Amino acid sequence: MNATWSRFNVTSVVLGFAFLYLPIVLLIVFSFNESKLVTVWGGFSTKWYVSLFHNQGLMDATWVTARVGVISATVATVLGTLAALTLTRYTRFRGRILFSGMVFAPLVMPEVITGLSLLLLFVAVGLDRGFVTVTLAHITLTMCFVAVVVQSRLVSFDRSLEEAAMDLGATPVKTFFQITLPVIMPAIVSGWMLAFTLSLDDLVIASFTSGPGATTLPMKIYSQVRLGVTPEINAACTILIAVVAVGVVIASVANKRREVQRQLDEQAAQRG
Amino acid sequence: MKSLGSIRRDFAPWNDPNAKPYIQFENVTKKFGDFTAVNNLSLTIFEREFFALLGASGCGKSTLLRMLAGFEEPTAGRILLDGQDLRGIPPYRRPVNMMFQSYALFPHMSVEKNIAFGLKQEGMPAPDIEKRVAEMLKLVKLEQFAKRKPHQLSGGQRQRVALARSVAKRPKVLLLDEPLGALDKKLREETQFELMDLQQNLGLTFVVVTHDQEEAMTMADRIAIIDKGEVMQVATPAEVYEAPSSRFVAHFVGNVNMFEGKVAERAANTTRITGATGAQIVVENNTDTAAGSNIVFAIRPEKIKVTSKKPADAVNALEGEVYDVAYLGDMTVYHIRLDDGQIIRASALNAARVTEDPLTWNDRAWVSFRPDAGVVLTR
Repeated sequence: MNATWSRFNVTSVVLGFAFLYLPIVLLIVFSFNESKLVTVWGGFSTKWYVSLFHNQGLMDATWVTARVGVISATVATVLGTLAALTLTRYTRFRGRILFSGMVFAPLVMPEVITGLSLLLLFVAVGLDRGFVTVTLAHITLTMCFVAVVVQSRLVSFDRSLEEAAMDLGATPVKTFFQITLPVIMPAIVSGWMLAFTLSLDDLVIASFTSGPGATTLPMKIYSQVRLGVTPEINAACTILIAVVAVGVVIASVANKRREVQRQLDEQAAQRG
Repeated sequence: MKSLGSIRRDFAPWNDPNAKPYIQFENVTKKFGDFTAVNNLSLTIFEREFFALLGASGCGKSTLLRMLAGFEEPTAGRILLDGQDLRGIPPYRRPVNMMFQSYALFPHMSVEKNIAFGLKQEGMPAPDIEKRVAEMLKLVKLEQFAKRKPHQLSGGQRQRVALARSVAKRPKVLLLDEPLGALDKKLREETQFELMDLQQNLGLTFVVVTHDQEEAMTMADRIAIIDKGEVMQVATPAEVYEAPSSRFVAHFVGNVNMFEGKVAERAANTTRITGATGAQIVVENNTDTAAGSNIVFAIRPEKIKVTSKKPADAVNALEGEVYDVAYLGDMTVYHIRLDDGQIIRASALNAARVTEDPLTWNDRAWVSFRPDAGVVLTR
């Protein structure tokens, strides 16, 4: 491989990353702005982070978002895993293609449509809009993503592991909990994290299905921005970015370490 | 006393009309949609037997094993184990254990947990489990690897863990699906003998599926040769090799030369055959064939002698030309093109370091064999 950096390569890398990260960098920088005016630099300050924690509205919205995220991601993970199991295991039933298509359709469905149809449903059945409806809507949204992640793992799952367990006397239920579930657990965990992240940053569906007292963080930020961007919002967003970045870094470092350890182990085993 | 092959066996319940069969396949048929994997097949396996199912891939041998383990149910017919009909009994209630081709070791469990898995399922008390696991680890010589995970083991070690796990519950029958398929040649040969010792020491019934004829010949008491879901022959390795029941079996196991022909004359002890291309062959009677019937004469390469001059005492001698020679060290393989055009494969053991009668390409040569060297096949 040619390791020299041509001027063209450098330029394209810089431009590419600038395109991706300049807005975020700007946001982070201005969250430390002394001035109340968002676009004018008035010196370094952390006062917006302090005032953020005294903003009851934002704090409430954060709490709502966290609860909605945890509950909806957990329920969606259970349902999505079951759907993935069915779709990979029972490949011969009538209408399987239609069924799998229907599970994955929400992946490409415009969020506006999902939100609107859910709203209509909730109104039709007389469910008061609030915490419950947002959570239900997010389960609908994220379940198919979990199903996709878990299904991709199940496709490469060696069925003879289950057969071996049953052959050794484990009932199908025991086999599922002692063998299948532990083996596909990493995929289920990533499915949960994906679902949680999707729920965390959803604005459109939440706007349709939420009601008074159940304002999520993205809704709160959006409504505040419409009244004018304050550095406080920049600070809130910076914290959100930090949380997500730390999570991603920890996950990938742990993953990388496991992979390296595994390779070392296998080499050691081959040497005897 | 004469005997087929080189081994005289004491263990031969299949010759005893009073022996009780242990595993019985009775007219078993298995269909997957339109495909018939097993076709009206009957087989009997005896207790403590080392039984091999030999066949090419897709012949239905693995399906037989999976039906015995309970992963598939026969479409028709029944399978009996020790007199009990196995229909409807799920795999986790059958007194058989299986060693999988992929080993199917549980990746999230250590070696000892893998071995203990089956014992835990049957509710064995913890101290007993510990004892049995230690015993199994000793049996497969993996004591120092107890705490390792499967991915920290070499291929041979994984194979031994799979073996230990499948015999830990002391099953009535151990099923082995291509048990040595993933090992390299040298390790495979060593492990073949280890498996035989293990089967002897534990006194278990082994049913092994393999596509490797050498493996089946080495290990098994009897071999069932399966083709397209049907049994072609069930016999000891020596019988399969020396007295194949059909052309298919003769071809499938080892190398063979075939002469198409007709029975010209049948005497008290010998039959004279006229080959399709005119060769005259005299063979000892081993089948009931009337004069005039179409048959095939099959003879193994190592039973044919190749000489530069016609042997004086030879009953069967055919002339030709050396077409190809391959020196393999322990033996030399000749391809002789007979004057009638047929190519004969003959192999000679290199019992001495020097050869009195060397032959090379295009030399005139004679192939000769005894009347009892080959078999007459009607199928």
